[in-house]
Amino acid sequence: MSGTMALTVMGVATVGMLLCFVRVVTGPTASDRAVATDTVCTITTAMLVLLAFVFDRYVYLDVALVYAVLMFIGLLAIARYLERGI
Amino acid sequence: MLHVVIGGVVTGIGSLFLLVGGLGVFRMPDVYNRLQAGTKCTTLGAFLTIVGVGIMRPEWFWKTLAISLFIVVTNPISNHAIGRASLKKGVALCDRSVADSSGSFKGYEDRS
Repeated sequence: MSGTMALTVMGVATVGMLLCFVRVVTGPTASDRAVATDTVCTITTAMLVLLAFVFDRYVYLDVALVYAVLMFIGLLAIARYLERGI
Repeated sequence: MLHVVIGGVVTGIGSLFLLVGGLGVFRMPDVYNRLQAGTKCTTLGAFLTIVGVGIMRPEWFWKTLAISLFIVVTNPISNHAIGRASLKKGVALCDRSVADSSGSFKGYEDRS
């Protein structure tokens, strides 16, 4: 029962992620693409935790934590590049 | 069995916030509006989703709480950095904007 509920929740989150991907493709400036990429990464972190619940693996929570850390560092690097170049 | 129901409800509400965040990024007219919609909705949505999984599995609760608190702390910081970079770079406001408190653009009223 809870596995079906988790898959439904993942489906709802995937719709939001696809809308963000449309903005990544059609965004007029680079900042729009960076914002949409950040939203996609945050939704992906939540979906990794849901995947750990569906597959019943405790180790996948570590994957989500490392993904969150790398998302933070990568987005700060992208912001620095947008502000003053390499 | 009660904790599964409570965790399921919390996770469902969080996924709705994630959907609304994606819709805001798709729909808003301006990079700053997109930034605001994406940041607020996805921060709360990811927090509720991850904590809901921790409520459904009580032995995972502290680790999921650590992940969600990390997202709550770091997501506004990175989005603030992107917003400041686009403001310094001079990404234009949309046509329907009426005020600019930062003073970076000409032709807008200062309502600060």
